[in-house]
Amino acid sequence: MLKIHNLHAEVEGEKILKGVNLEINPGEVHAIMGPNGSGKSTLASVVAGNEEYEVTEGEILFDKSNIAELSADERAHKGIFLSFQYPVEIPGVSVTNFIKTAINQIRKAQGLKDMPANEMLKKIREKSAMLGMDRKFLSRSLNESFSGGEKKRNEIFQMAMLEPKLAILDETDSGLDIDALKVVADGVNKLRTKDNATLVITHYQRLLDYIVPDVVHVLVDGKIIKSGDKNLAKELEERGYDWLKEEQLV
Amino acid sequence: MKLKEKLLSSYLAFEENIDLENDIHNIRDEAIKFFEHSGFPDKKQEAWKYTSLNAILKEDYSIFPKKEETIEYRDIKKYCIHDIDTYQIVFVDGIYASHLSQTTHDKFDACLMSSALNKAKYKSIIKKYFNKVAPQESLTALNTAFSYEGAYIKIPKGVSAEKPIQILNFSTGNEHALMIQPRNLIIVEDNAQVQIIERHQSLTDNAVLTNSVTEIFAGKNANIDYYKIQNDKVTSSLIDNTYISQDRDSEVSMHTFSFGGKLTRNNLNFYQNGSNINSILKGVTIIEGKQHVDHNTLVHHRKPHCESHQDYKGIFAEKSTGVFNGKVLVDKIAQKTDAYQSNNNILIDDQATINSKPQLEIFADDVKCSHGCTIGQLDEEALFYMKTRGIPHKEARALLMYAFANNVLNSVKIPEIKKRITKQIALKIGVQLGFDL
Repeated sequence: MLKIHNLHAEVEGEKILKGVNLEINPGEVHAIMGPNGSGKSTLASVVAGNEEYEVTEGEILFDKSNIAELSADERAHKGIFLSFQYPVEIPGVSVTNFIKTAINQIRKAQGLKDMPANEMLKKIREKSAMLGMDRKFLSRSLNESFSGGEKKRNEIFQMAMLEPKLAILDETDSGLDIDALKVVADGVNKLRTKDNATLVITHYQRLLDYIVPDVVHVLVDGKIIKSGDKNLAKELEERGYDWLKEEQLV
Repeated sequence: MKLKEKLLSSYLAFEENIDLENDIHNIRDEAIKFFEHSGFPDKKQEAWKYTSLNAILKEDYSIFPKKEETIEYRDIKKYCIHDIDTYQIVFVDGIYASHLSQTTHDKFDACLMSSALNKAKYKSIIKKYFNKVAPQESLTALNTAFSYEGAYIKIPKGVSAEKPIQILNFSTGNEHALMIQPRNLIIVEDNAQVQIIERHQSLTDNAVLTNSVTEIFAGKNANIDYYKIQNDKVTSSLIDNTYISQDRDSEVSMHTFSFGGKLTRNNLNFYQNGSNINSILKGVTIIEGKQHVDHNTLVHHRKPHCESHQDYKGIFAEKSTGVFNGKVLVDKIAQKTDAYQSNNNILIDDQATINSKPQLEIFADDVKCSHGCTIGQLDEEALFYMKTRGIPHKEARALLMYAFANNVLNSVKIPEIKKRITKQIALKIGVQLGFDL
């Protein structure tokens, strides 16, 4: 589904990704771990199409076509979703109206008519119930004075509504208490199918107890230096990253 | 002939058609003398530093319009708030159009300034209110000198106008260039309430210069909810002078939506003459091309325990220019004043300009006064966020601009206006938002 080959990216002349290779197949959950500043969030941003970053080398294939030249919205139309570490506040636009706009814009790009209002309403009810969201929450302005947990839950709600092929979760666990974390992870798990894939970006192994990855990658200094199964995450939690860096040098 | 000279000689012609015995005539006379002495304001004056009238004063305006009778309701419908029941006082080329209007003398007066100025039964009211809050300033004096027509609204004690009143000024372009000077007088007595919508609209591309003066008197515990919709052709200019006198416990809220016009200058002045007054000034400006919008506001806190809230938002594209010059004056006696002023601007293009100048002059020592001013671009992170949800660039920008302007719209009490303004914002940015906000 997603195939990244020798990806180099920089921002304002500073090289951040220095040759990332990654392949994710339908039905899989991958996790990317790594120390602060290793390029995890940059990778997420670049795949989602953030124009702040310049891709200087390599390619990103999604469903076998190169998406490097596509804008972020065009990538979303193809089924890529990025859950933000720090979701943006949009006063005056309710959660419901925002998601309606997003869904209908995606449908428009796919040559479909607007989703009928009753179908939309049904879907909103169903997905918000799944995430244990209060109805009042839906009429509030998007992310405005939301708590950290509410923001993350709202990201997963949007993901549930948009049903992407590839969901990238950037530090979805940061700022969440354990109960909120369980709800969010539970939501992500319920959305898994054999046809979609999830890329989890995290500092901590904690989230991976709930969203269990098929493959764990370690990103250090802009490169994936090791990949393994879920046990690698546990090992990183115990031993940190330094031993891997040393292993690299040897 | 220069416009000033033309106006001065036109005044003599104007005098031939009015009743010189009327008390008002002395006021007009004094005003024209003042204008003769002062002339038009220029950039040397602090209040006009960023707004030059030179370009618009060059036109050879007709001062006395011809009566235009071919305009029908269907020509003006889209400029009216037509989906709710309202009173309408409509002027075409400065002349009252009875066939387009719906006035009343039933529980209150919503009628014509020309009647109020000339009929004996209004004499005492005119004497009490006319030109009493408007100061002797060049453009206002010019309007006073030629004051003849406009809207006259008087809501008596305790009466609540059951539907909004629209004051609509259309120009038809039957002259190559036309100058009109509407003069409105609005008196809302103690415990009375009214909602008013004012609009100036040209129906062709011929040049129009409107120099409008509105005097508003809010009695004790009166409530006035006023909307100015400025969305005119790029060949039309508007100088809108509004003077509001508030008595104790009153609330006056003024929303100004400036979406178009060659040059728009709003001189909006609030005078608080009692305690426990609330003055609300809100504005949304969205312009492009070479359009210019200047908000020049004054809130004069003259009594203790009063509030004022100013919130102006501007979005400037292409080579458009904006000015915000907001003055808050707090007299020594006006203790416990709570005055808030905010002016936020987004510049869409490199060549757009905004000059924002808050002025606080505070002579009392126990007050809460704050102001803030920002100038920035659209938030790239927010745009990216929306795009990752599949919302394309144009629509994402529209949504952000809407969000930016939104808290100004929050205080709009007439839903039809809110809806229209929202649509207008979407239209200006060239998108449909796809839902009702």
